[in-house]
Amino acid sequence: MTSLWPRIEPLLAHVSKPARYIGCEDGAVGAGSLEGLVSWLLVYPDSYEIGLPNQGLQILYEILNERPDARAERAYAPWPDMERLMRRSSVPLFSLESHHPAAAFDVLAFNLSAELVYTNVLNCIDLAGVPVRAGERDERHPLVLAGGHCAFNPEPLADFVDAFVIGDGEEAVGDITEVVKSEGRSRHALLRRLAATPGVYVPAAYTVDYDGPRLVSVRKVWSEAPEVVHKRTVSDLAAWPYPKRQLVPLTEVVHDRLNVEIFRGCTRGCRFCQAGMITRPVRERPSSQVRRMVSEGLARTGYDEVSLTSLSSADFSGIEDVVGGIVDDPASARQVSVSLPSLRVDAFTVGVAAHIQKVRRTGLTFAPEAGTWRMRQVINKLITEEDLYGAVESAFSQGWRRVKLYFLTGLPTETDEDTLGIAELARSCASIGRSHHRGATVTASVGGFVPKPQTPFQWFGQETLDGLQRRIGLLREATRRDRAVQLKWHDPRATLAEGIASRGDRRIGAVIEQVWRRGGVFQEWSEHFSLELWTEAMAAQGLSVDWYVHRERDRDEVLPWSHISAGLHEDFLWQEWQDALAASGTPDCRWTPCYDCGACTGYGLEHVVASTVAPAGGSQGTGQDLARGGEVPVRLLARVTAGVPR
Amino acid sequence: MRLRIRFTKLGKVRWTSHRDVARMWERAFRRVGLPLAYSEGFTPRPKVSFGLALPTGHESMAEYLDVELSDAAAGAPDLVALKARLSAALPEGIEVAALCVLEPGSPSLQEDVEACSWRWLAVPGEGSLPLSVDDLGKRVAHALAAPALEVARWRKGRETTVDIRPGIGRLEVVEADGEGVWLDADLAARPQGVRPADVLAALGPDLEERHVRRTHQWIVRRGERLEPLGSQGVPQAPHAEARAS
Repeated sequence: MTSLWPRIEPLLAHVSKPARYIGCEDGAVGAGSLEGLVSWLLVYPDSYEIGLPNQGLQILYEILNERPDARAERAYAPWPDMERLMRRSSVPLFSLESHHPAAAFDVLAFNLSAELVYTNVLNCIDLAGVPVRAGERDERHPLVLAGGHCAFNPEPLADFVDAFVIGDGEEAVGDITEVVKSEGRSRHALLRRLAATPGVYVPAAYTVDYDGPRLVSVRKVWSEAPEVVHKRTVSDLAAWPYPKRQLVPLTEVVHDRLNVEIFRGCTRGCRFCQAGMITRPVRERPSSQVRRMVSEGLARTGYDEVSLTSLSSADFSGIEDVVGGIVDDPASARQVSVSLPSLRVDAFTVGVAAHIQKVRRTGLTFAPEAGTWRMRQVINKLITEEDLYGAVESAFSQGWRRVKLYFLTGLPTETDEDTLGIAELARSCASIGRSHHRGATVTASVGGFVPKPQTPFQWFGQETLDGLQRRIGLLREATRRDRAVQLKWHDPRATLAEGIASRGDRRIGAVIEQVWRRGGVFQEWSEHFSLELWTEAMAAQGLSVDWYVHRERDRDEVLPWSHISAGLHEDFLWQEWQDALAASGTPDCRWTPCYDCGACTGYGLEHVVASTVAPAGGSQGTGQDLARGGEVPVRLLARVTAGVPR
Repeated sequence: MRLRIRFTKLGKVRWTSHRDVARMWERAFRRVGLPLAYSEGFTPRPKVSFGLALPTGHESMAEYLDVELSDAAAGAPDLVALKARLSAALPEGIEVAALCVLEPGSPSLQEDVEACSWRWLAVPGEGSLPLSVDDLGKRVAHALAAPALEVARWRKGRETTVDIRPGIGRLEVVEADGEGVWLDADLAARPQGVRPADVLAALGPDLEERHVRRTHQWIVRRGERLEPLGSQGVPQAPHAEARAS
C-alpha cells in the first residue's frame, strides 16, 4: 500500500491549519502496512481540533493496536478548504499515520457524538470513494461502522451505516475484529455474523412498517438477529486503564491537556440528559489507578494540566484525596493544574476546586440548568438556590472573577416565570460577585432543549423556533440593564435541526442525504450551518417538521429506537416522565435504595463506588434536606425480567 | 542562567506553526524535568523566548530559542546529556543541534539576529513555461543590478509596496532540479525583513516557491558575521550543508 503523502503535501501550502493533516502525534502508531491485519480507520466526523481529544476514539485506537491481528489508524473530517483541493486533485480521505487511502481499510468506524455531524459522516464516506448508501456497497468496499452516544437512535443513519455498536466499545471492537478476520469482505456473511454479535445493530436485519406518518413496527428479518439489541457495558473500569498513551497533538486542539476518566455513568438522574441515562450504572476507577494514570501521563506527555473527566467529577468517592494526592505529589513540584469539568453546584465542590487550582483562578462553570426550583424538580436537577449561591459565594470569595452558568430553555412545562428565573439567578449571582470584586461577571449561557431518545423526555414535544426565540428575547430584556451579567445563547435554528435528527426514523436518512448533497457539511459550525437546507429537505421528502420535532408522543407509540435498549425499562422512563410533569424529583440511587431502572438489574451489574455514603456537599451530596422539596420519595418498580438476554 | 539552543524543523513537522513549536518546547522542557524560571502573575509561563518566526511550511536547519532556568537549578546542566534528552522528548524532525549557557547580559535573539540564509526551489507556476538556470540567472543579475525592487505587501489589511533591494545581501542560482531551479540567498531579518517569497515576486510573476529551508541565522560582532551560538564561544561547525528536501 503506497502512501498518499506525496500527493497530499503539495496541497498543504494552500489550506488553513495544515498541521491537521500530518499526524505525527506523540502516542500515535508509526506508519505501517495493513497487510494481513484487520485494519480499522477510526474517523471522527468533525475537524481535527474537535476530534483529536475524543477519549472514546483514543481508547479504541489503543485497544485495537495492542492486538497482534489488528491495526487502527485515524482520520478526521477535512476542513472545506482542504476538501475542495482533495476533490480537485482526486485525493481520497486518508489516514494520518500512514496516509493510506480510507478505502484500503477493512473497517471505517465513525464516532457519533452529536447529530449535526451526520452530514459529515456521509461526506467522509463519499470522500473515501465508497458509495454512501449501504445497499450500494459490495465486497470491494470497507465495512462502515458507527458508535457513540448518538448510536442509541441509529435509525436516521440506517441507510448509510452497515452496523452500529451500542454502548461501551472496549470489548465490542475485539469481537468485531474476530468476525472480520474470519469473514473477510464477504459482505453478506459478515453482516449476518455481526447481527448476531452482542451489542451490534445491523439495520439490514430489520424492516420497519409505517401507517402514514406513524411508525407501527420494527421487525427483524434475519433469524440470527435479536428482537432488541442491548447495549454493551464494561463492568469494571479498572480492567481498562486506557488511554495509556494519550495522543499529544503537535497543534492546538480543544481540551489540550491530559484527560483521565475517573468514572463512567451517572445516576443523578437528570431527565434531559441522555449521557446520564445511557451510561448507567456508575463505574468508578480505583483511586490508586487514577493517581497512577495521572502521574505517568503527566511525565510522559509534558502537559501541565490534567482534567479528571466524568459526567459529574465531584461525585467521585474521595475526590479530595485524589486531587490532594495529585497536587501535593512531590514528583509534580512543577506547576500542575487540575480541572474538574462539569462541577457539581455546591460550596464543597468549589473548595475542592480552590485546593487544586492554586494558580489561574479565572473562571468557574456551573450548570443549574433551570431558573426555578419547580423547573429543576421537573428536570430532576435537584439543586437549591442555597447550593448555587453558596457555590458562587465560595468562588468569588476565593479569588475567581468570572462565573459561568449553563441553562436550558424550552423544557417541559416551562412557564415565562421559569424562563425569567434564569435571569434572576444570574443577577443574584452577579450581585454576590460585586460584593467581592468590582469587575466580577456572570455569564449565563442558554441552550434550547432538544429531547433525546432513551430519556424520560423522549415523549416531549420540542419547543418551536418562535417559542425559543421569544424566551431568549425575554432573557435579553431581563438582563439588558445589568452590566455584570452577560447572556449568551445557542442558535435556536441549530436546536431545531438537531431536533429533526435526534428523534428521527429511517425516513430522515433521505433528508440527511439531501442536506449533504446540497453542500451542508460542518453543520455544528455556525459559519456553515443552514436551517434552510434542513427545512427544504424535509419538505422535499414530504416530511413534517412539526410531526418529527414539536409533537408530543403517546405512550403506546412505537418509537424509532424501540428495538435498541440502553437497559432502562420503558415503564421507568414513562414514570419519570409522569413525575416530571408533576414536578416530583427522584434521588440518586448510588446512596438511596434502588428504584430498578433496569440498568443494573437487567444485566447483573452493580454500581462500582468506593464509598456507600454520599460525598460531602450541599443538598445534592450530603443528604441535607432539600430546602423546599423535602424528602424525595423512593419508588420501587416491579422488576422486569422478560426479554433481557445474557 | 539562560541557555541558547539551536534546533532543526524538518519534514512533516514543518506544517506546524511558530506557536505550535513553542508549545512543543514547553512540553519537552517539562518532560525532561528541566527546572524553568516562570513569569509572575495569574498565568505563570516559562521564560522561553524564540527568535524570528519561521513561516508555517518552511523547513529550517537553524532555529533558535533562549530559555531561562530557575534559580533553584544547581549549577550548569550536563549539556551533552540534555541535548540527547531534549531531542528524544521532541517530535520527529525537531532535533537539538547545539546548545550553550549564555553569557550574562547577552542580547536577545530578537535584538541580535541581522540576517538569515535561505535555500529554496523556484518553480514555474501552473501554466507557465519551464525554467532554466540561464533564464533565472539572467533575471537574478537584472534584479541585483536594479536600484530598487518594489514588491507588494499586505499590511494591516492594506496593500503597500516595499523596496526589498537593500535587504538582499546575496542571491545566487545554484542548479537546476527536475521541476525548477535552486536559489540560495542571504536576506535581512531587520529593519525590513525579506522572505524568499518576496525575492520570487521581484524575479517574476510566474514563479512559485517550493521546499523553502532556512539554513543559517546571523548576528554581527565587530563587523564579523557569526551565528548566534558562535558569539558564545561555541565553534561554528557547518550545520547546513544538507540540501533542502
